[in-house]
Amino acid sequence: MSTADDVDAALTRLAREESGRVLALLARRLRDLDLADEAVQDALATAARRWPVDGIPNNPAAWLFTVARNRAIDRLRREASLRRRTLTAAPDLVRAADDGPMIPDPTGTDAMILEPDEQPLADDQLRLMLLCCHPALDRDTQVALTLRLVGGLTTAEIAAGLLVQEATLAQRIVRAKRKIRDAGIPLTIPVDLSERVDVVLGVLYLVFNEGYLSRSTDAVVRVDLVDEAIRLTQALADVVDDDPEVLGLLALERFHRARSATRTDHAGDLVLLDDQDRTRWDRHEIAAAERILVRAIRQMQPGPYQLQAVIARHHAVACTAADTDWPSIVAAYRQLVAMTDSPVARLNHAVAVAMADGAHAGLAELERVDGLDRYHLYHATRAELLHRAGRPAEAADAFAVAISLTGNEAERRHLTRRRRAVLGA
Amino acid sequence: MEYMILLYSDESFEMPAPDTPEFGEFMGEWMAYNQKLIDGGHWVSGASLQPTTTATTVTKSFGAAPSITDGPYAETKEQLGGYYLVSAADLDEAIALAKEVPIPVGSFEVRPVAFRPDAA
Repeated sequence: MSTADDVDAALTRLAREESGRVLALLARRLRDLDLADEAVQDALATAARRWPVDGIPNNPAAWLFTVARNRAIDRLRREASLRRRTLTAAPDLVRAADDGPMIPDPTGTDAMILEPDEQPLADDQLRLMLLCCHPALDRDTQVALTLRLVGGLTTAEIAAGLLVQEATLAQRIVRAKRKIRDAGIPLTIPVDLSERVDVVLGVLYLVFNEGYLSRSTDAVVRVDLVDEAIRLTQALADVVDDDPEVLGLLALERFHRARSATRTDHAGDLVLLDDQDRTRWDRHEIAAAERILVRAIRQMQPGPYQLQAVIARHHAVACTAADTDWPSIVAAYRQLVAMTDSPVARLNHAVAVAMADGAHAGLAELERVDGLDRYHLYHATRAELLHRAGRPAEAADAFAVAISLTGNEAERRHLTRRRRAVLGA
Repeated sequence: MEYMILLYSDESFEMPAPDTPEFGEFMGEWMAYNQKLIDGGHWVSGASLQPTTTATTVTKSFGAAPSITDGPYAETKEQLGGYYLVSAADLDEAIALAKEVPIPVGSFEVRPVAFRPDAA
């Protein structure tokens, strides 16, 4: 007999691991994302109601598919019978409605091809990811849709993870599904696949960063976006076999996760890389990340995510902060700057230069960074370098600017502490 | 599905003068693009518009008499200069068609058609 905890865990696993795949398959077969999503949500709600009573089925994924498929077919039958009755009463109305989105005929082939034991194809999952990250949707929407439809998170969980209002997020998802339907955004593998995979990577990287930076401890519903990002990146890696940049992002995420236990102290305050207890870094996670990175780099197609993973690896394998191979990190950042021309990459390059060649050299590099005036880490970095260069008053001013710009409570506490320390010194 | 591709570009951009080789090349690109839409079964209709200096805007407001003003509806850096109405399988195909419009600098808004009374 399964306990309530077992059932809860199985329900979570069903939503996170299986619902996206089942949705991907149903959406392709029905050619209607909304109908497929509604059917899957219905089936998940049925599971939450039935499983505590009936027990966990032997094959939860097959159970979910069968229940969702039956829900979808039921609804199509209801709509078809309504349509037949309306057709008799008001043929004009039906014809006008037929110009809208297509409703497959449940008595015809569309419903028949929903075989009870059908398995989702790897391509189904990819198609769904590409749809959620379609360039015709804005970035916030891509993130919300990916977490909701591919990741199987609830709107409450996503809202808590992204620190937005649940109503706002739900509204965003409803609007997106409407645009997908009305503008005819297709569920296909496009010809410009690598361009589109780049968009998916951008979304997953953002989810990862959200999780990494804003790990909220006070939220009622806790969801670890770092783990979600890793799971989704792994799922993408599984379907676009050995794409070096996908593997690069996956390695990057896992190098960071290996250190996550040491990033904050008991009070939830940030602990800088230099001060982290390296004996508590997860060696298995680091080894796994290294294996993934090797698979990526072997293909000799360098890219921004692989370079960031290379940098993360240099940190992860240094036994002490003093052992860090800063010249190699400087070289990797230089390549990253050349490849992306990103101001954040320039900022990090300046930090690496400061570590390799001293605070004065780092400050000189920092002078060449443009466009980060509103970015708190730019000012925090400048403050640290000014402090190390023996200019405490300027350092304190720069900390004050950084404090005024950060939205994260743990970071604000950290910066305030640093400012006080600099002034006291 | 049908999509309207609205072509916005800077109309002060000089067109090549007629009777120059550049003009022939310029028109050739448009003819080739139009032919491509026709051959691919995408063509529904299309037109280029005279510049916004010829535009007149009629504005209606509940109850009040319509007002007539000289000029386009919105004064923007890029103006509506023409449109295509195309038939495409989905948004991706419509976007691919919009990408090939032979205007080097501009923005092309792709909008699905909701209803067209004279549609076949």
